[in-house]
Parts: sequence; structure tokens; C-alpha cells
Amino acid sequence: MAAQASFIGQKNKKEQVYTDPWHMMNEAARTPSFFTGSEVIKEAVRRASCDIMVAYPITPQSEAAALCGELFAEGYIGDYFRGESEFAVMSQCAGAAFGGARVFTTTAGPGTMRAMENFPMWAGARLPIQMIVTCRGINSPLSIQPDTLEISYLMQTGMLVWHAETAQDFYDWILKGYMVSEEPDVHLPLALCCDGFFVTHTKDMVDLTPVDMCLPPYDPYRSPVPCMDMECPPVRMMRDPFVMKSNYISYATHASWQQEVWAAVERSRKHTIRWMDGLIDTENIDADVLVVASGTAVSQSREAIAILEEEGIKVGLVKVKTLRPWPGEEIREATKHANHIIVPEFNVAGWLAREVSATIPNNNRVHAGPHVCGGMTMPPEIIAAEIKTVLGVKAPSLAGRGG
Amino acid sequence: MSKERIKIAEELFDIMPAEYQDLVKRATYGNEQRGWKDIGNAKELIEEHSLCAGCPESMAFRYILASLPNPEDTVMVGSTGCTSLVFPHVAVHNIHSLFGNQNAVASGLKRALTVRFPDRHKDVVVLAGDGATVDIGLDMTLQAWFRQEKFTTICFDNELYANTGGQESGLMQKGFVAKMAPVGKTFEKVRLPEIARESGCHYVVNCTVSKPNLIEKVIKNAVNIAREIGPTYLQLYTPCILEIGKNSMEGLQEMRDSEKPTERFAYKEYVSEPAKELLAELAAKEKERKAEAKRQLASQTVTV
Repeated sequence: MAAQASFIGQKNKKEQVYTDPWHMMNEAARTPSFFTGSEVIKEAVRRASCDIMVAYPITPQSEAAALCGELFAEGYIGDYFRGESEFAVMSQCAGAAFGGARVFTTTAGPGTMRAMENFPMWAGARLPIQMIVTCRGINSPLSIQPDTLEISYLMQTGMLVWHAETAQDFYDWILKGYMVSEEPDVHLPLALCCDGFFVTHTKDMVDLTPVDMCLPPYDPYRSPVPCMDMECPPVRMMRDPFVMKSNYISYATHASWQQEVWAAVERSRKHTIRWMDGLIDTENIDADVLVVASGTAVSQSREAIAILEEEGIKVGLVKVKTLRPWPGEEIREATKHANHIIVPEFNVAGWLAREVSATIPNNNRVHAGPHVCGGMTMPPEIIAAEIKTVLGVKAPSLAGRGG
Repeated sequence: MSKERIKIAEELFDIMPAEYQDLVKRATYGNEQRGWKDIGNAKELIEEHSLCAGCPESMAFRYILASLPNPEDTVMVGSTGCTSLVFPHVAVHNIHSLFGNQNAVASGLKRALTVRFPDRHKDVVVLAGDGATVDIGLDMTLQAWFRQEKFTTICFDNELYANTGGQESGLMQKGFVAKMAPVGKTFEKVRLPEIARESGCHYVVNCTVSKPNLIEKVIKNAVNIAREIGPTYLQLYTPCILEIGKNSMEGLQEMRDSEKPTERFAYKEYVSEPAKELLAELAAKEKERKAEAKRQLASQTVTV
């Protein structure tokens, strides 16, 4: 922290004061503002002291990526350019992070998939890049609508993966995300996901931190691996290249490094708990029925819970904020009283239900669904109906269910 | 950095590996006159490598590393292939990330170093094989040139995929029979030097690595022009002796045969107008430096 502390109180060229991040996020006065999710991304990045942003157009993140371009034009970002494809963009981000820059980028759906080869490389190279993922459909036929399937792929890359529910989450988590991912014992990329359109293209009240405060700059020398800038000795890092075959040491090095990356994901837990007040939020978890959800499925579930409450059915809620690190212990504890665990999701595969099932005892309590996909909305009524079905309560048939 | 940044605390000097001690004592960081003639006298910036015996790529590596004008502030970017077997032994920072993305990585890297060190030269040099440069990475190779990214791209052209066992590549000659070209390659060798010129490179050279003094010259030109003006491209023939059926001792002759005036690696060069001006300026400075050295030598002689 010594290097960061030396910046605190100084001003950047935009007259923003490098501020102690804890004070900035938790104590400084907030201003309520009515913004779209895309505008919220811009406002967070304005205060994030980013060195490099690389952009590429893909719905629904194009607006946010372009707004960050305006920030560059105003002088808030060191450099900004449009790459030629998501694969190239993520490699450009890697190059910038290897060179010691704080890097920001955004992507969505097919773009995430096109860039996928980069993500395990980012994690393995310990590059604390932040990538906003505004999830959308990835299958054929073409869809530009919200769908969270891409998150299931990101979860196996060694990146930190967080799933924001609201624009407020988004705003706070972009800034807090850098604080967690840049910790020397973590130093991993962060995929900060949200459900495209629902969060990016709707307006919401968001409490913003003061515009004249920003995060201290990234210190690339607080890293578990050397920064590639020739400012430290170019040590010979290995006797033989790792790809050399039939070399037990190579295998062992690879294996232990992968374990180390995943251990770093786990080590992020303590920082994340401190900054985000836990990996999950809970409401009424003593109830017999619980909904476990992430992203905007949480908002829809809250509505469903309100509907059921009017009918005398009490349902609790677990909001999963981080998917990597996976809050297994927290979910085990939160669900220990529940007999029915409902997992509504905006994707066809039900990856969250699978994760929950793999985590808790007696997992026949998990009911995967309802699932909507391809851009369909998830009316609270279908969540309420699913819960009633599970409880054996007769529910009126919903349109479209063949009633 | 000259050698300041790699210095070892006196108390710890003797427990450092011999090759690192050597680097501190005998490397040519910070020596503006460094060049291929230092090979054998000074500590090279490449430790022993794991390429095949007699591989021309290993010669190319040594000439290039001996000739970089500013190795103490140079970061190299590689790609997957035989070159990635050498980079772990190289004493300048270097990045391997994926196959084919080298010019994208270098774009981000160069911009980051420019943002972080606005008052200093930090050179970026890409070194990758022909598969990485022309096939899987062509998009990113060209786009970096279109954007006028200020770094040098070096392609080790061995006219095939060597590291995976000799498969057809875009830079392979037409008619050559190889794995994945079972009846011979059906289309011409891709004309990347011409494409590089049209894509905005300010300095393009196509040659073999048979002559170390030539390699020294083109490396220095390419890095200096990239630093001041814009992208530069070197396509160097480094034949894979294994895959073209030659012996360890035959690499040099293969290059000499391929650089004859009618052959595909006859020396070709393109220099843009702004690059010509820069080279003329640098040549004038060098001339002045030599004249000054001569004057000093003369005055010293008089004193003695």
C-alpha cells in the first residue's frame, strides 16, 4: 500500500483527488443520479484512474464503450482505441496490462465467446484487467437479447466473476473490483457481468461518489509476476520453456501454477467480503422455500416473493453476488433450513442451479428453474407459479404454458 | 537502464547464478555502439537455446539481440512456435500469450509504455514465425499497421509450420509438398512485404540472415524508424533445415542459395519518405560522432 498511499491527496490532470478508496466508497457523500446502466459504467470509469481502454462495437455494450471514448477525449483515460475484433481487443488489453497499465474493456455475448482464448491466458498471466460483460444470447439464430449463458464459460477460466443485479451494484463494483483484483495475493482479471439491456439500457437511481475523487493509480510493482517494462531485471524465469515435452518439471510447474491461480481466486474472498459486505446477500432465510439467484433474476424474484407473501406463502431469498469465488460455504449455511430451493435463470442451461446442486447436501431440494432464454423476460408470475408447483399449491395456468 | 537496474548487491554477488553475474559484468546494455561484432566478446542476451543444432533461427536470434539499439528499454513480444522455445532464455522482457495475437499484444503494450513513460523511449519488437504473422495472426498483423502502431514486426519466415512438424503455411512456396499440402501447395507464397508497404509500414525488408552486418543494419533501422515514425516490417528467411531435408551444416548455404538475385529472398527494401529523412539524420549524426571520436583520438595522441 506504500506506493498507493504516496499518491493520496494529490491531484490528477483533471483535478480529481486521488482518494483513499475505502473513504471514497464508504464514507464520502453520495449524489443520487438518474442514469442508464451504460452511463453508470462511464461514471465509474471516470473515477477509476484507468490507463488504457480498448473498445469494440457489439450490442448491448457499444454505448458504454463509446461513452468511455468520450472520457478519453475529455482526458480521463490515458489511451483509448477501437480494436479489430474481440479476440484482438482482449489481446490488446493483455499487452497493456503486461506493460503495467490499469486496463478496462467491455464485451457481450458472441464477443465474449470470440475472445474466449484470452481469458485463461489473462488469469494465468495474472493480469488484473477489468472486463464488463453485458450478457446477451450466443446461439443461432442471431439474437441480441439478454441471456446469461456466456457466464458459464467464464466461470472456468480462472477469472474472478461477479454478477451485478442493478446499476448501483455495477457502479460500486467497477471501482471496488479494481481494489480486489489488484491485491498482490489476488492479481487476477475480473469479469463483471450484468444482464444486457435490463441493466445497460434502463434508467435507475444510482448514488454516485464525488466526481472530484478518483482511485489511486495502479501500481504494477505490487504484483506476483514481473511487469514487462524493463524497469526490473529481465531474469531468466525458467531453465527450459514450459512447453518442452516429457519434462516432469514442466508438468509440475503447469499443474502447480493452475492450482495457484485458483488459490488466488479463493484468496480474493477475504478482500471481496470486506469490500462487498459478503459474497451473498440474504433475506428471510429461515423460510421453508428459498430462491437462490444472481443478476436481474434477483430483482424478478423479489417481485415474485412479494406476490406470494400476499397469498400467505413465505419465501426467502439468496442473492449470489460473486460466482468466482464461489460462495459455497455461505450458500450451504443460508440454505440449511430450506426444504425447497428455487433457482430461476436467464439461460437454457441452468448453470447456477448446477453450481448450487454441487454445493449443498440433500440437493434434491434444488429446483432448477424457471429458465427463460433468447431474450425472453422473466415475469415474477412464472417464478411464483414455479414455487407453487413445487409446493403442490394449485396455481392458475399461465398463458403460453398450454393451459 | 544501462546496467544500473540489473546490479547485484555486493554481498549477494557470489550466490547469483553464473549467467546472471555474467550479464552484470559483460552485457552490452547501454552501449550505443553495440552490434553483431560483440558476439563472442560480450555477454549475449540469449542463453543456450533449445532449437535444433544448426537452426538458422538461432543465428537470427543472436544477431537481432546483439543489434537492438536499446535493449535496456526494449520489450519483445513473441508467439507460439519455435521462437517461443527461445524466449525464456532471452535477457530482455518478453511476452508470450497466445498464437497469432502478437501484434495485438504489442499494440496494447506499446500504448501502455507510452502512457506510463511519456518522456522515455520504450521500444517494442514483435518476433514471430510465418504461421503466426501471416496465417492465424494476419488480421492483427495488418490492423496494427493500419493503425500506425509504433513498433517493429519481425517475421521468421521458414515457409512452413516447423514446430508442429512441417505443415503448409501461407508463406510456403507454391508446389512444395508438405503435411496438409499432400499434392503440393496450390497457391503462391503470400506477398507480405508488398502488403506491408501498402498497409502503411514505413520500412520493409525481405532478406535472409546469412549476413550478420546486414541484419544489424536492418534491425537498427527498423527499430529507430518504428520509434519515431510508425510500423516497420522485416521478413527474414530462417529455413527449417529439418523440414526441407537439410543437415545441420547446410542452413547457411540454403540461405545463400535463396538470396540470389532471381530467388525469392533476394534483398528487397522499401523505405517511406519520412523514414528516409530520419535515416539520413541518423547517418549524419553517426558521421559526426565518428569524426568527433577521431578528433579526440588525435588530440590524445598529441598529449602522449
